Amino acid sequence: MATVFVSMDSSARSVGADDVADAIRRAAEVRDLSVTIVRNGSRGMLWLEPLVEVETERGRVAYGPVTIQDVETLVDEGLFVGADHRLSLGSTEEIPWLARQTRYSFELVGLIDPLSPEDYEAHGGLSGLRKAITMQPAEIVELVTESGLRGRGGAGFPTGIKWETVLAAPTEDVKFVCANADEGDSGTFADRMLMEGNPFGLIEGMVIAGLATGATEGFVYVRSEYPDAIATMRTAIGVAHLRGWLGLNILGSHERFELSVRVGAGSYICGEETAMLESLEGRRGMVRAKPPLPAHAGLFERPTVINNVLTLASVPRIVADGPSVYRSFGVGRSRGTQVFQIGGNVARGGVVELPFGVTLGTLVNDFGGGTRSGRPIRAVQVGGPLGAYLPVAAFDVPMDYESFAAIDAMVGHGGVVVFDETVDMARQARFAMEFCAEESCGKCTPCRVGAVRGVEVIDRIIAGDHREANLVLLEDLCDLMASGSLCAMGSLTPMPVRSALTHFGNDFHRLPAALRSDASEPRSR
Amino acid sequence: MAILKEHDLGTGESTSETIVHVEIDGIGINVAAGTSVMRAAALGGIDVPKLCATDRLKAFGSCRLCLVEIKGVRGTPASCTTPVTDGMRIFTQTPRLEKLRRAVMELYISDHPLDCLTCAANGDCELQDMAGTVGLRDVRYGYAGENHLDSSVDESNPYFSFDPSKCIVCSRCVRACEETQGTFALTIAGRGFGSRVATDGKSFFDSECVSCGACVQACPTATLEEKSVISLGVPSRSVITTCGYCGVGCSFKAELRGDEVVRMVPFKDGGANEGHSCVKGRFAWGYATHKDRVLNPMIREAFTDPWREVSWNEAISYAAMRLKDIQGRHGVASIGAITSSRCTDEEVYTVQKMVRTAFGNNNTDTCARVCHSPTGYGLSQAFGTSAGTQDFRSVDYADVILLIGANPTDAHPVFASRMKRRIRNGAKLIVADPRRIDLVRTPHVKAAHHLQMHPGTNVALMNALAHVVVTEGLVNEPFVAERCETESFTIWAEFVARPGNSPETLAPITGVPAEEVRAAARLYASGPNSAIYYGLGVTEHSQGSTMVMALANLAMATGNLGRDGVGVNPLRGQNNVQGSCDMGSFPHEFPGYRHVSDNAVRAIFEQEWGRTLDSEPGLRIPNMFDAAVDGDFKGLFVQGEDIAQSDPNSKHVAAALSSLELLVVQDLFINQTAAFAHVFLPGTSFLEKDGTFINAERRINRVRPAIRARSGKHEWQAVCELATAMGYPMHYDSSSQILDEIARTTPTFSGVSFELLDKVGSVQWPCNEKAPLGTPVMHVGTFVRGKGYFAETPFVGTPERANRRFPLILTTGRILSQYNVGVQTRRTENLRWHDEDVLDIHPFDAEERGISDGSLVAVTSRVGRTSLHVHITDRVPQGVVYTTFHFPGDATNMVTTEYSDWATNCPEYKVTAVEVSPKSAKETNSDADYARNFGHSESLMADSIVRMANQLADIFGYLGEKEGATRIENHIRKFWSPAMRDELVKVAARDRALLAPMSIVAAGKVASL
Repeated sequence: MATVFVSMDSSARSVGADDVADAIRRAAEVRDLSVTIVRNGSRGMLWLEPLVEVETERGRVAYGPVTIQDVETLVDEGLFVGADHRLSLGSTEEIPWLARQTRYSFELVGLIDPLSPEDYEAHGGLSGLRKAITMQPAEIVELVTESGLRGRGGAGFPTGIKWETVLAAPTEDVKFVCANADEGDSGTFADRMLMEGNPFGLIEGMVIAGLATGATEGFVYVRSEYPDAIATMRTAIGVAHLRGWLGLNILGSHERFELSVRVGAGSYICGEETAMLESLEGRRGMVRAKPPLPAHAGLFERPTVINNVLTLASVPRIVADGPSVYRSFGVGRSRGTQVFQIGGNVARGGVVELPFGVTLGTLVNDFGGGTRSGRPIRAVQVGGPLGAYLPVAAFDVPMDYESFAAIDAMVGHGGVVVFDETVDMARQARFAMEFCAEESCGKCTPCRVGAVRGVEVIDRIIAGDHREANLVLLEDLCDLMASGSLCAMGSLTPMPVRSALTHFGNDFHRLPAALRSDASEPRSR
Repeated sequence: MAILKEHDLGTGESTSETIVHVEIDGIGINVAAGTSVMRAAALGGIDVPKLCATDRLKAFGSCRLCLVEIKGVRGTPASCTTPVTDGMRIFTQTPRLEKLRRAVMELYISDHPLDCLTCAANGDCELQDMAGTVGLRDVRYGYAGENHLDSSVDESNPYFSFDPSKCIVCSRCVRACEETQGTFALTIAGRGFGSRVATDGKSFFDSECVSCGACVQACPTATLEEKSVISLGVPSRSVITTCGYCGVGCSFKAELRGDEVVRMVPFKDGGANEGHSCVKGRFAWGYATHKDRVLNPMIREAFTDPWREVSWNEAISYAAMRLKDIQGRHGVASIGAITSSRCTDEEVYTVQKMVRTAFGNNNTDTCARVCHSPTGYGLSQAFGTSAGTQDFRSVDYADVILLIGANPTDAHPVFASRMKRRIRNGAKLIVADPRRIDLVRTPHVKAAHHLQMHPGTNVALMNALAHVVVTEGLVNEPFVAERCETESFTIWAEFVARPGNSPETLAPITGVPAEEVRAAARLYASGPNSAIYYGLGVTEHSQGSTMVMALANLAMATGNLGRDGVGVNPLRGQNNVQGSCDMGSFPHEFPGYRHVSDNAVRAIFEQEWGRTLDSEPGLRIPNMFDAAVDGDFKGLFVQGEDIAQSDPNSKHVAAALSSLELLVVQDLFINQTAAFAHVFLPGTSFLEKDGTFINAERRINRVRPAIRARSGKHEWQAVCELATAMGYPMHYDSSSQILDEIARTTPTFSGVSFELLDKVGSVQWPCNEKAPLGTPVMHVGTFVRGKGYFAETPFVGTPERANRRFPLILTTGRILSQYNVGVQTRRTENLRWHDEDVLDIHPFDAEERGISDGSLVAVTSRVGRTSLHVHITDRVPQGVVYTTFHFPGDATNMVTTEYSDWATNCPEYKVTAVEVSPKSAKETNSDADYARNFGHSESLMADSIVRMANQLADIFGYLGEKEGATRIENHIRKFWSPAMRDELVKVAARDRALLAPMSIVAAGKVASL
C-alpha cells in the first residue's frame, strides 16, 4: 500500500492541493489501488506546490508542481512506486534547495502528519518535554539561555533572560505564556506554516516555557486571517489534552498547563506584544507603555512570557539536544538558525532555514533564483514592512542581528521581499508611511498624526512641491517617529523610508508626475 | 484671591518607602522609588512639558512631549512612564529634546483649529501653553492636510459641550471616565488618525455618561468645556469651599469672574473627594441665582393671606413678639425649632442655642430625625460615639465590602467611584438590598452576593449572618476578648446562635436563601479587612436602631474595627447631617451628644450662655406635630428644611403646620412648608455661607463665601437677632467666633478653629489636644466607651405588612440627578434627566394589574394616596415597588405612614403597604389639599404615645415584664419630654386596655417619680 503526501498547508491549498489530493484518491480508487494520502505540512518550496511525495524504499520521492490534469498520467506512470515522470524531482531530501538548509525549528514541518500525535512522537516529538519535566525550572531557563536563543518575532531579545524574569516575578495566582502568532508582516508566513505543519511543536514549546517559568496558562494569539492555522491549533490542543500533554497532569506528573487559542480581529498592531495583551484581555488593541514589562505585569497584570511562534517551536529540540547543538549554529551573538521567508518578485519563493550569517545575496540569488520577472533585482526589503530596503550592494552583508543593525537594517521576523528594477522607491517610502497610517493604534502622536503627514509630505516630494524643504521636513518627521514613538510600529516606520532615501535617493528627485508619461495614481484612502 | 491653578505633578504618588537619589538638570533630589521621572522633576521644580499626563490618572505615555534624556539609557524615554532609579542622571532640556518636542507640537497643531483668540479655553488651555513652552513657531505641514476640523459639536449635555475638532486624542477623558469615575461611558473608536473619543455611537446625553464632569476637568483643551465658561469666559479667581449636597462633603474650587460663579471645580486636595465630583456638586449649583430665590423677609397674619415684604427688623420683631405672646398664653414649652442638616454647624448651633436660651426649653430637633437618628443611637450604644468609624480613604484597604441599604452610585456618587475603584482592584462586594441597585452589576463591578431581603426584615437578615459567624467558629476571639464586654458578648452570642436565628429558619422571613446568607457571612468574616457601608435602608425602619446595633455587633464579633479597611460606616444623606447632630440639635442632647440631664454638662453651657437651662428632654419632630394638632404646641421655627414634603404622612404634617399660630421659615425658596408660614426669613445658599460642614466621615470642612449673602444677612445673624429680640442677647462678630464657642464647650471639637482649618484644609473629629490634627479612624486600640457593647437584637417585624388591601410594599430612595426634596436640583438643568418621581414596579405585578409601562397609576396606602407614572423593571423584586420623593407634585409622602423607629422615631419610609392601580388623569396634590383632606382626631399625642409605648414593649418583650419595663422606663426618661411622659401616665390611668402590660408597668414607674 502506497503512502502519498499532499500538503495541507494553506499555501499549497491556495494553488489546488486539495483538488490534487482528491484526484489522486479517485485515481487510486478507479484502479483499485490501495493508497494512504497524508496531508502533511509544506516543505516550504512554494513554487513547487502542489508538491506530491510518495514513500519509497529510497525515502520520499517528490513531484511538483502537480495539477489535477497531471494526476492521471502521474498515477499511470507509477506515482505510487516513485517512478520517473516529467514532474519528478527525485528524492525530496536531496532537492538542493532543501538539502542545503539547516532545518531545526522547521525540522518536522512537511515531514509529519501535523495532527498525528503518533507521527509526532515517532519523529522525536516530546523528547524535549520529557526531559524538561525532570528538570528544575531554573535549569530549563539556564539551558535556554545557554543555547543563545533570541526572540524570533523581530526584536531578538534573549529568550532565556525573558524567562528568567518571569520565573523570578512573584505572583499571587497565575503566570501566563502567550505565543504571538499575529504574523502581520507582509512577506512573512513561517509562523503560519509552522502552526499548520507542526502544531505539537509549538504546544510542546509552550508547555516547556510554562515549566520553566511557573506559568500554568497559555494562549496562542492567532490572526483571524489564518483560519487553517486556527483550526489546526485548536484540534492539536484538543488532541494534546487527550494525550495528557496538556492539562492537569502533564505526562503523568503533577505539573499542569492549560492552553487555548485566541483569534485577533484584523489589526496589525496586535502583533505588538502589549497591544496583543490588550486584545487578549478583550479590549481595543492599543499599545501599552513599558515599563512595566510584560514579564513583570503582562496579561491581566500577571507575569507573562510572550514569545514568537518560531521561538517557542525551537525550544523542544533545544531542550532535547542540550544547548550546545543550537549554539553551534550562527555567528557572533546571533546563535542558531533563522527561518527566512523569501517572497515578492522572486523565482523560487518559500521557507529557508539557515544559521545566522548567510548573506542576503545567497538567499535571493542562490535560493530565490533571482526575480520571477527576469529583470535585475533592484531592492530587497528585509524584516517586514518596517524593515529596510537594501540595494544589491548590500548582498554580501551577513544576515545576523548585529551586522544588519550596523547598516540601519534589521533581520526582523526573517521576511525577504524582492523587487526588480521597475520599482519606484519613492512610492515604496510613501507606502511605508501609508501602512503606518493604516495600522497605527492611534495612541501616540508621532505615529497617529505623523504617519498621515508623512504620506502628505512624500506626496509633495513626489509632486516636486518645495522638494528640498519637504525632504528636510520628512527627515525631521522620521527623526521624531524613530525617537519619539511609543512602540516599534511608529519608531521603525522611518527605517524603510530612510533606507529608500539613502540607497535610492534618485527616485525622490524624478520629474514630477505631471511632467511624466507614467503619472502616478492619486492617493486614495 | 486669584485663580488657583493646582500644580499637576504629572503622575501619581509612589507608595514605596525606599528613597532614591536622582539628579535632574544638575539638581539633586530624593524621591520615593517608583516615582516617575516626570513627577520627580516636578517635585524638584522642573515641569517637563506634557499633555496626556496628569497626576489624577495613571501614566499613559501617548503624547510624547515629555521625552527626556537619561545618562546611560538609549534613546529618549517618556518621563511619565519611566520610573526613577537610584543615581539616575536626567536631562529635561537639551537641543535634541527641544527639537523633538517642537516636532510633536507641530503635528498636533497641524490638526487643530487656529482660533485661540476666540476659543473658550483661551488662557486656560494646556495645548496653548505647551505650544508656547516648546517654542513652536511654524507648522511646516501646513493646514491643508487630512484633519478633523469639520467635526460637529455635541451640545446634548446641558452643562458641557464636546467639540471633537479641538480634540488631541490624549485619552484623558476616557481614562478619567474609567479610572476616576468608573462608568466606562467613553472610549476611543477607530484607529490611527481616525481614533476619536466616542460615546458608543450615542450623544453624550443619551450615552451611559453620568455627567460627573471628570472628563471635562481632565480635558487639556476646549474639546470638553463647561457651557458656563463658553458663555461667561474663563474665571479669574477661586474660592475653596464645600459642596452643599450630600454627606460626602466634596471640596470645590468655586471659580468666579467678579461676583459671578463661572464653574465649580472639584478640589484635588479635598480630603473627602480628592478632586472628583458628581453631576450635582459639579454642575447643579444654578439654583443659587434662580429667579425663585426669595431675597427679602416677608410676613403675614394667616397663612391664607398674601405675603408682605418687610424689613429685616420688622420681620424679626414680628416673629419675636408673636413667639413671646404664644409662650405667654400657652407656656414656655409651646414653641420650638427645627435645625437643618443643610446649614452650617455655626447656623445650627445658634438655632439650638436660641431654643435652649431664648425659648427656655429643649424643643429643638433636626431633620436627621428622619434619616440617621438611629445611627447616632445605635453606634453610641455599641461604641460610645454617634458617628461612623472610618474615613473614606479607608475603603482603599477593604477586602470585603458589605453594602446594606445604600445606593451610593445614585446617592453618594463620589464615594461610589472610590468604592468601585477598590472593587475593580480586587475587593469583594456583598450587596444587601431588596432592589438590584447598580452596584450589583455595573461595568467591571459584580457583587459576590446579592442578599435580596424583603423590605422590613433587615434585623432578621443580620441575625442570620451573625448566627453563621457564631456557630461556624468565625468569631475573632482575641479581638472580642480584648476589646469587648465579655458579658454582653456572651449573651448576644447565645442569642444569635439559637436555631431560631439560623439562615434556614429565617429564610422564609427574609426571602434570602440560607446558602447565600452562609456564603456571605463566611466571606465577610474571612476579610481580612471587611467594611460595612450603609444608608437609610438601614435606619428608616421600625427597627432602625436595632439594625445599626446589629451591624456594630457583626463588625465587633469579627474584629473589623479600629484600623484601615474596616468599620461601620453610615453614608450620610445631607451635607451636614453629622454636623447638625454634633451641634446639639436633638431635644435630649447638648452639642457633643451630652444629655441635658447631666448637671456637669449643663453647668458648662449655663456658664457660657448665662442662663439656667432646662434639664428635661424636649419634643421630637413627630411629637411636635402631634402636640400641634392637639393644640399644645403653637410656634415653630424651621431652618432650611421642607418638613411638609420630606416628612412622612404628609396629611398629618399639614394638619400640624396649619394648627400653628406662628410658623417661621428660614429658607431660599417658598417651599411646601412655607405655604403654612407666617414669617419668611430669606436664607443663604452654600455659595454664600461662611462656616463649616461635617461630612459622613466626621470631616470638618470649611464653607467659604464665594459670593456675598444675597439676602443681606446670614442665617446665624438672623437667629441671633431673633434671640435678642426675644430677650436673650446673642451676638457674634463672625461665624468664626461661633466655632470658637463650640470648641470651648465641646471636648471633641476643642482643637477646631477656622484658623486650623484654613491651615490644614480639614480635620476629622475628635480634634483636641489628644488628636490635634483630628482622627481619621476611630476606636483604634480601645472604644470610646471602653469595651464594645453587644446589644441583643431580636427581630420584631413591623406592623406595616402587605395584606389583601395593600399587597405591595413601597420603598423609597433617591436618584442621581435629583437631591432630597428637590428644592435645589429641581431648579437646575438636572430636570433634563429626571423631571418627576416614577414608580418602579416588577413586570409580574404590573401585568397582574393591567398596568403598562409609562402609564399613570394610583398608589394608595392606608394613610393617603398619590399618583405616579410607572416604570416596569425587574430591578425591584415582585411584591415591591419603589419611588423617589424629589417632586412635591408627586407627593410620595402622602402615602408613607406614622410608623417609626422604636428608639428615635426615625420614620419607616422604607416600608409602606400599598396598592397600585391604573389611573387615567393625574391628580396634583396641592398644599391646600393637605389641609382639606385632613380630619382631626381626639388627641394625636395620646395615639402616638400608645403606639410608641407598645412598640417599646414589643422590642423589649424578650426580656420579660420586669426587666423589660425597666428598660422602657429608662428609655422614656432619657428621650421623652415631660409632656409625653405625662400623657403616658394619663393613658395608663384612663384606658389601660390600650397599652401592653409591660408599658403599664413602665408608666407606673414613671408616674412614681
